[in-house]
Amino acid sequence: MNNTLKDLLEEKRSVILTKWFDSILDTYPADDSGFLKKQKDRFLNPIGHTFTNGIDGVLGGLISGQDVEESASFLNDIIKVRAVQSFSPSKAMGFIFALKKVVREELKKEIRQNQINEELLGFESKIDDLALFAFDIYAKCRDQLSEQKTEELKRMTFSLLKKANLVSEIPAQEFERKDLDFNI
Amino acid sequence: MAPKVKLPKPGELSIIDYSLPATDWMDTPVEFKPNTFCWGAKGKDLETLGLPNARDWNPSEEDWKLPENWEQTVLDGIAERLSKYRSFKIFMDICVRCGACADKCHFYISTGDPKNMPVLRAELLRSVYKRYFTKSGKLFGRLAGGRELTVDVLKEWWSYFFQCTECRRCSVYCPYGIDQAEITIIGRELLNLLGLNINWISGPAAACYKKGNHLGIEPHALTGIIDSMCDDIEDITGIRVNPTFNRKGAEILFVTPSGDFMGEPGIYTCMGYLMLFHELGLDYTWSTYASEGGNFGFFTSNDTAKRLNYKIYAEAKRLGVKYIIGGECGHMWRVLNQYMDTWNGPADFLEVPKSPITGTVFENAKSTKMIHISEFVADLIKHNKLKLDPSRNDHLKVTFHDSCNPSRGMGMFDEPRHIIKAVCNNFYEMPENTIREQTFCCGSGSGLNASENMEQRMRGGFPRANAVRYVQQKHGVNMLANICAVDRAALPALMNYWNPGVEVAGVTELLANALVMKGEKERTLDIRLNDLPGKGGNE
Repeated sequence: MNNTLKDLLEEKRSVILTKWFDSILDTYPADDSGFLKKQKDRFLNPIGHTFTNGIDGVLGGLISGQDVEESASFLNDIIKVRAVQSFSPSKAMGFIFALKKVVREELKKEIRQNQINEELLGFESKIDDLALFAFDIYAKCRDQLSEQKTEELKRMTFSLLKKANLVSEIPAQEFERKDLDFNI
Repeated sequence: MAPKVKLPKPGELSIIDYSLPATDWMDTPVEFKPNTFCWGAKGKDLETLGLPNARDWNPSEEDWKLPENWEQTVLDGIAERLSKYRSFKIFMDICVRCGACADKCHFYISTGDPKNMPVLRAELLRSVYKRYFTKSGKLFGRLAGGRELTVDVLKEWWSYFFQCTECRRCSVYCPYGIDQAEITIIGRELLNLLGLNINWISGPAAACYKKGNHLGIEPHALTGIIDSMCDDIEDITGIRVNPTFNRKGAEILFVTPSGDFMGEPGIYTCMGYLMLFHELGLDYTWSTYASEGGNFGFFTSNDTAKRLNYKIYAEAKRLGVKYIIGGECGHMWRVLNQYMDTWNGPADFLEVPKSPITGTVFENAKSTKMIHISEFVADLIKHNKLKLDPSRNDHLKVTFHDSCNPSRGMGMFDEPRHIIKAVCNNFYEMPENTIREQTFCCGSGSGLNASENMEQRMRGGFPRANAVRYVQQKHGVNMLANICAVDRAALPALMNYWNPGVEVAGVTELLANALVMKGEKERTLDIRLNDLPGKGGNE
């Protein structure tokens, strides 16, 4: 990334993060109390904490130009939350694209003055890469919810089926008996 | 000439409004999205329980098959409860909207949905109360905060009263002492007048009514299950445990939630009880009839709860025991501690519980005659009556989740911690504002631990999981201990989603791991039949 854009992003980092954070919170139901923004205790407001921390990590990664995978843990934290909040997939993931809008608006004047449209395009392509990566995480979270449903059912019933002699487990050592010679 | 159409400029087109259309809460109907609500009660179960409007129905369908004149039924129901429960009337009138409760609910914290603020959840019902039962509401309607009872309002009640887990965290902060759980309880009662329960509650309640426990385990199956646990105990310890069932003349009756009979990791806690009682040589018996400590009737209606609870004292009387010990459970203890005595007591045929090992008299249970396994065990440990080898739990880094009901419902904070510290060498508390009376709910309490609402459960449990994550990252915690059967059923999924690597165990399971039994063989296996690290196992 061109240094000019990098410097600008660094310079405006805190205001970009605030606006990005606000745009994410705008996807939640209108709430006059402003709880998700105001409560700073990480245990009393885990959503606010996760997002604040997460977007800071993601933006940091984008600015420093590190691989998308490096931002994975921050993305993961945010998406895990978004994946269980009744959002449609597009809405759950929209927060990533919102960064483009925030950056374009915040750096409007500078972009024009410094002729850094190309760098900006490069930066935005990286956001797109991030979005693709994020989609994988989202799909994994949703798959996990389905798996957990099945898992709970098994947890509830497996020991019962065993007791009723409807299923049985073959002990590992028996299974590994070498003297059985199958011709397959 | 055709009118000139004003086309938006490219700049205008790129402006996208991401904000939601704001409507007043009274005008925002509830939406039923898959994964976020429980299935409706089945007709056959409602019939078994003798509850009205028994039929199969589906919450996501438009038609809820409500009975004729249902509005009157609900209004009559409110009137009856206002006259019967003074607390309900006070809770409807006294709230000053100070907002102290607003940000205390785990569902609000994890969704930002204002209707999950306890104050607004109560307002869903209160607005109807105002419209029909107060002068100002009758005269000024909406201006005075009142609203008509409509199908949409009813659906909203159903959605939010089956989102509240009756954990009572909000009540801890209410300056007026309004118990929001009681408002939910009454809300659910009113819904039950129209046959609007959820399947995960009415199914177990019906099974309990017919067979004595939520899982519908019949007497021969229960003895079989416990017998096979005894086989496993013999494999682990070399000792044959021989529990008795329905034995008349035993000193103590032991009652535990049926979740401990089936499913992992509940069964390991049950094996712990068996080992402990055997080691103590306790004169106790199991009952295959009073085979459920939990009470899903409590999430249905006062009458249903009372009926399901009746069997505990009745069985104690039939067997002629002196007192009752209860296993690790959550809501079971709110019921036993705060309701059983007035519903089905006084149990004057029983004696005040006195530990036969230490002689301690449990004055706190003077009236109910039923004590919690953790207070019984903590007393044993305090008097040095158990031989323990905590190093058997050295591979575990343990934190403790205060279950809502034993902590807020009966003030049990220190006993389980006393036990854990005696049986484990590595114990780490979660942050102060997430434990003890401020504990966060597992997100699945009050009958909401069904699987179909998995998404709802995962978000409801997020504040809890978030605190566990902190100790997982800071101290390497890998075991979440608790004293609740619903926790043991619900938390494994929660940990799997938010904090992979953290397992879930009942406190008595940890105790059983550490318990050195007379004549036992050298242990190489833990209670889960896994190799004990550093004890001759493979790991």
